[in-house]
Amino acid sequence: MEGYLLFESQDPLESAQVPSHYELATALKKAGNRVTLFLVQNGVLAARRALRSDGVPGLVAAGVEVLADDFSLRERGINASRLSPGVKVATIDDALDQFAAGRKTLWL
Amino acid sequence: MTLTLVMMEAPFENARTVTALRLIDAAIRRGHNVTVFAYEGAVALTFARQAPHANAVHGRTAEEEDHPLPKDWIAGLMSAAQQRGVKLEWINCGLCVDERGVIEAIPGARRGSPADLWKASEASDNTLVIGTR
Repeated sequence: MEGYLLFESQDPLESAQVPSHYELATALKKAGNRVTLFLVQNGVLAARRALRSDGVPGLVAAGVEVLADDFSLRERGINASRLSPGVKVATIDDALDQFAAGRKTLWL
Repeated sequence: MTLTLVMMEAPFENARTVTALRLIDAAIRRGHNVTVFAYEGAVALTFARQAPHANAVHGRTAEEEDHPLPKDWIAGLMSAAQQRGVKLEWINCGLCVDERGVIEAIPGARRGSPADLWKASEASDNTLVIGTR
């Protein structure tokens, strides 16, 4: 089993590539890997419960660990209480630790 | 532990630069050595002649504007690495530097080639490439 860390910095409403990134994360998870999607910058916008999209909830349901960067959330005025269920608030240190631990790391 | 990051984004363009610098800062605080290979527009991140400026539209002086400069952030990271006793090596792609005329870099940044990236990646525990899209 491999470990993957994927950085998503884009909002699905600003880039049509984002859904394919989610598909990649889901496929890696279904293949038996540990997968973390670290939402950063505008990527955190997709974690809002109010978005009413099945993108991030689908990732959580598939078993992908979805982390939202606390700094990016604060920049955009998004409180943790407004996040989709299963999305965890994390720090850049959390991402760095996974990177340093040898996770295969991709910036999407 | 040694980590390599590849940066490609030009300064003053995208939040990716800030995120990359935050990762480097976190790595230094965790006691890791870091090698950065700056490619394409990112070679201007360490350009020594970046300068703060006034904002005539808002009627602010350069001091009031307090314009952030990436070269200062990177100098701060280099200083932090030195204080922590870890190594932050900053390599700018030489051809990219020449193309853009950003020859004068802050102390601690040096010229290199993609071969240096390969060597750095080989010597590192992990490598992250941060592209421009």
